[in-house]
Amino acid sequence: MVDLENWKKSVTMIVWFKGEGFSYWRRKITSGFFTAVFSLSVVVVLLPLAFILGYLVYKGASSVNLNFFLHRPAPVGEPGGGMGNAIVGSFYVVGIASIIGIPIGLLGGIFLGEFPHSKLSTLTRFVADVLNGTPSIVMGVFAYTIIVLPMKSFSALAGGFALGIMMIPIILRTTDEILQTVPISLREASLALGVPYWRTVLSVVLRSAKSGIVTGILLSVARILGETAPLLFTSFNNAFFSYKLFEPISTLPVQIFNYAISPYEDWHRQAWAGALVLVGVILCVNLIVRVFFRQKFEQSS
Amino acid sequence: MNQGIYVENLDAYFGKLQVLHSITVHIPHGEVTALIGPSGCGKTTFLRTLNRMHELAKDARVSGKVVVDGMDIYESGVDPVLVRRKIGMVFQKPNPFPTMSIYDNVVAGLKLTGRHSKKYLDEVVESTLKQAALWDEVKDDLHKSGASLSGGQQQRLCIARTLAVNPEVILMDEPASALDPISTAKIEELIFELKEKYTIVIVTHNMQQAARVSDKTAFFYLGELVEYSDTRDMFTRPKKKQTEDYITGRFG
Repeated sequence: MVDLENWKKSVTMIVWFKGEGFSYWRRKITSGFFTAVFSLSVVVVLLPLAFILGYLVYKGASSVNLNFFLHRPAPVGEPGGGMGNAIVGSFYVVGIASIIGIPIGLLGGIFLGEFPHSKLSTLTRFVADVLNGTPSIVMGVFAYTIIVLPMKSFSALAGGFALGIMMIPIILRTTDEILQTVPISLREASLALGVPYWRTVLSVVLRSAKSGIVTGILLSVARILGETAPLLFTSFNNAFFSYKLFEPISTLPVQIFNYAISPYEDWHRQAWAGALVLVGVILCVNLIVRVFFRQKFEQSS
Repeated sequence: MNQGIYVENLDAYFGKLQVLHSITVHIPHGEVTALIGPSGCGKTTFLRTLNRMHELAKDARVSGKVVVDGMDIYESGVDPVLVRRKIGMVFQKPNPFPTMSIYDNVVAGLKLTGRHSKKYLDEVVESTLKQAALWDEVKDDLHKSGASLSGGQQQRLCIARTLAVNPEVILMDEPASALDPISTAKIEELIFELKEKYTIVIVTHNMQQAARVSDKTAFFYLGELVEYSDTRDMFTRPKKKQTEDYITGRFG
């Protein structure tokens, strides 16, 4: 620990700077203290994540096997069974959500990005931020009221609708912000060539913002993939494989929820496995965004 | 004689702020006209009124007449998109499209406004890059990104891109101010060659550059056109005191 060379240097420095000695050490100690505080905060941030992941693997990994991905749930007491229908259902519902959320979010985001100062844009941005902060269960209630009640049935459509509404403000705002980072000089270059405005937006502005926009879309998918509350009373649950738009459908988060609150030991194990798979999928989407699109960004800069 | 650009009583505004006051000038066809003046004097705004780029800014307005080859470009019903095809523009900072190759940059104006045969596009790329004195440097790398070129090459690429849509007038907004002396010399040489076929209006902060490349010079001050005459006359015997003070470096 005792670094004689450094110690000697420090002593010499005190001699050199005479009266500065005290403030020098105070500065060094303050700096060291705060570096430690900040490093500790980073560790505190990382620890829960590492703990959750580790615990999920510990509890769930033993139950994740091929059957888990291929089969529907088995009745209590029977061995085997899986969450195949819930995995398929999750992607199905997220697919419906994307069909609703991506076009609206994208087109609205383009409007905000291209006319950032119009009154409508300012209002829309505010509403989107409020919507973004709205508890997801409220989206569920909304979908329940306008789709489940009139149709008198839980359905995949209602679940997808609730999640789709959640996607809109996320995609809207990321598209908006990314379009605003596209320099004006680029738009002007195109306009000065006599290219019409719509074509400039399509072929010049969107083209340079492409990877950022796709990143925003993928992150919104990752975000809604794990939502449970809005699905509880919209898409509900289903013990079978279902591909019907107007019937209840099983999804991973809801299936995990139902198994976790059940009294059966083997259902608990299945819930852990489901949680592990769900987190794994979300992690994958995030990694794709990181690895694939970061490379793109570096190439273009 | 209809040729050239006739500007009559042109006023330009940003919101309530009037930046150009009743400019009247005739810019002759087939010559280089330099616009000089201190920063904020309105020369860039004036340039941007000539191809209706000014109105893209927020709350920007123009009144008056700009007649190019017999056509008032501010008459109601005139499509600014078509005006800009006839009157091209080169900007201060080179701004090639970063997502496009050199080839696609050159023909961007053609590809984004209509359909053309591959053969025609190939010809345009070669001829305009040759005109822009860039062909020999890039002919083997046409499919590399336009952003991979040096600043001076990028600017010549932007000039080639402007030439590709076959305009009649080329507006240049300090095209060499971001470039090193060698690239600047190349651009100036280029301007000298281009004036054979095009009417060129160039904004510059560099008095020597104005003297070297232009036939006519316009001196702007506080949004007004103070003096407009042959470049030789302007730099040897300016008529106005303000012009003399500016070109001899006493202010600005």
